Amino acid sequence: MNGEPAIRARGLTRKFGTLIAVNHVDLTIPRAQIYGFLGPNGSGKSTTIRMLCGLLLPTAGAAEVLGYDATREPEKLRRKIGYMTQRFSLWEDLSVMENLEFIADIFGIARVERARRLEGALAEYDLGQRRTQRAGTLSGGQKQRLALAAATLHRPELLLLDEPTSAVDPQSRRDFWESLFRLLGQGTTILVSTHYMDEAERCHRLAILDSGRVVAEGVPKTLMENIDAAVVEVESEEITAARAALTQIAAVKSVAQLGTRLHALLDPATPDPQRLVQEVFARAGVAGKVELTRASLEDVFVAATLEGRMQGEARVSRAAERVQ
Amino acid sequence: MISPAIAESIGRIRAIAAKEFRQLSRDRLTFGMVVGIPLALILIFGYSINFDVRDIAAGVVDMANTSGSRALVADLQATQVIHVKEHLRSPAELEAQIARGKLSVGVYVPPDYERRRLDGDRSVAQILVDGSEPTIESVVSAIASPRLSQRAGIASGTTRMIEMRTLYNPEKRTAVQIVPTLIGVILSMTMVLFTAIAIVRERERGNLELLITTPVKSTELMAGKIVPYILVGLIQTSLIIAVGRWLFDVPFSSNLLDLYLAACLFIAATLMLGLLISTIAATQFQAVQLGFFTMLPSILLSGFMFPFDGMPAGARAVAQVLPLTHFVDLVRGIALRGAPLGSMPGPLLKLCTFIAIALALAALRFRKRLD
Repeated sequence: MNGEPAIRARGLTRKFGTLIAVNHVDLTIPRAQIYGFLGPNGSGKSTTIRMLCGLLLPTAGAAEVLGYDATREPEKLRRKIGYMTQRFSLWEDLSVMENLEFIADIFGIARVERARRLEGALAEYDLGQRRTQRAGTLSGGQKQRLALAAATLHRPELLLLDEPTSAVDPQSRRDFWESLFRLLGQGTTILVSTHYMDEAERCHRLAILDSGRVVAEGVPKTLMENIDAAVVEVESEEITAARAALTQIAAVKSVAQLGTRLHALLDPATPDPQRLVQEVFARAGVAGKVELTRASLEDVFVAATLEGRMQGEARVSRAAERVQ
Repeated sequence: MISPAIAESIGRIRAIAAKEFRQLSRDRLTFGMVVGIPLALILIFGYSINFDVRDIAAGVVDMANTSGSRALVADLQATQVIHVKEHLRSPAELEAQIARGKLSVGVYVPPDYERRRLDGDRSVAQILVDGSEPTIESVVSAIASPRLSQRAGIASGTTRMIEMRTLYNPEKRTAVQIVPTLIGVILSMTMVLFTAIAIVRERERGNLELLITTPVKSTELMAGKIVPYILVGLIQTSLIIAVGRWLFDVPFSSNLLDLYLAACLFIAATLMLGLLISTIAATQFQAVQLGFFTMLPSILLSGFMFPFDGMPAGARAVAQVLPLTHFVDLVRGIALRGAPLGSMPGPLLKLCTFIAIALALAALRFRKRLD
């Protein structure tokens, strides 16, 4: 264990034709922590992870993973990382045990040690009863446990998990995170991508990705405290009218409905957001309770991705001005 | 003493090969094809494809109706090439029956048959052949000329100037010619597809993405995938040899070891071709298409079906690139002419060149990356 970060990426970029999937991403991921990638589909989470484990070559930039250059020394790196693909990628026509045995053989785990580790993995991931069952007939949660068992069989220092919980039920998700924290306790560094806010909130640190860029980065709690927006919550019987009134306000950047409540993000420069909204409601004749509230991670996500989009639009309009 | 790196590498190849075997034994369709395709093809080719045509449906119009003309017809029938099914009254009726497809051959004996026979410089009778079927035409023309002129009488003794003797397959049985080369055809049909699909399937199902992030090297992956199919190829070869011997009396007499060596080389060539296809095809469907794309020219141009000598220069050049061409050369030499493998360095060398080039291309293209 040393003070060096597990992953350090500088200007990581990947283009597919004209599409820029990952755009100048800088990352510093400390060891023995759970680091999260939060972002919508197509934000570049998978592509970034694939570049970090040497599956894809970056178009530009470099990544140092566990002290190795991910693009030049992928072979050395591969013994020290475990990778769990988004899709179940073990062999469906092999049994649970056969899959694990195969992975153990591929990593060259010696016979005696192999038997010990396989039994350990079956017990740890509650697959003992399923050992002779074909992997293709397992449930979503069981498949995911098997995939994690396979990815950790060689005791990797770094675990890269690409949306591991996108196809499983809430209970399996909880169990899965319990397993991750157990691995963390053994000193494993974990990089996990997700589009679930509750999962992102469990990470030590977090990078929010949008259209291939890192739009926010930090400890989830700090991100929520330092959100670059004022959050106003509105409770009203006339939800449609309230929503219409809110969208009229220039300072309101986004409105989201949560049951009978509305969550509005306002420009942080607004002097008194609560009063502003109350006045607008009074003028529009909408009855409702207006409160300033603490930002959730979702608010942080919306504010960060909005910013990226508005910056993008600003760039476009500036470019248009130059053309004129 | 083996270095630990090599021992590890062998361990990984063995793990992949074992996994491949296990999957192969569970994939009933592929497993069925390993045995089913050779059996079906050898039965089809052995029984139905017959170049020595017999009992072609024939009609006779005998306008002379003399003892001599009846003897002529009887003699023609005695060759077993034609079988007289109908006696008709006029040439017009005969042509009508041929046009309808009822008869393939018509024998017309003119009323003045006896006079023509003595005359010498006019033809004594006429044989009408349905030219829409190429083999029938050539077979009938072959039997017609010498026998008719012999019957015609006068110039007997001078007509049969050249005698033909067939070596190595004196009874002219098609099965003897076809079954040994069938080893090549069956192997090219199945081996290329099996390997190409085995690799492309892993890419399609996402298994490859996981394998790439393990310490497996691409050469190990290729080797581990190929080993089980070498065995499958040898099983198919043995099956064809056994069935050929029992059902069709094909004399695989001379040197079985040479035959297996040649088969091993050819299996290697087809596996390399399959590997190469797997690096090009993105889906199993594309792999099958590409497989067929290489199979058809192999069967048509290799000399398996049509004589190599009759092909235009362009087709011959293409045939030189196909491994089946050289295997057909080798297997005919070994199984039919009893020639030792070492006596045919030409095709041997060409087959090895193909393997080397295909392996190099496949290894270059087979990258352990997704892009």
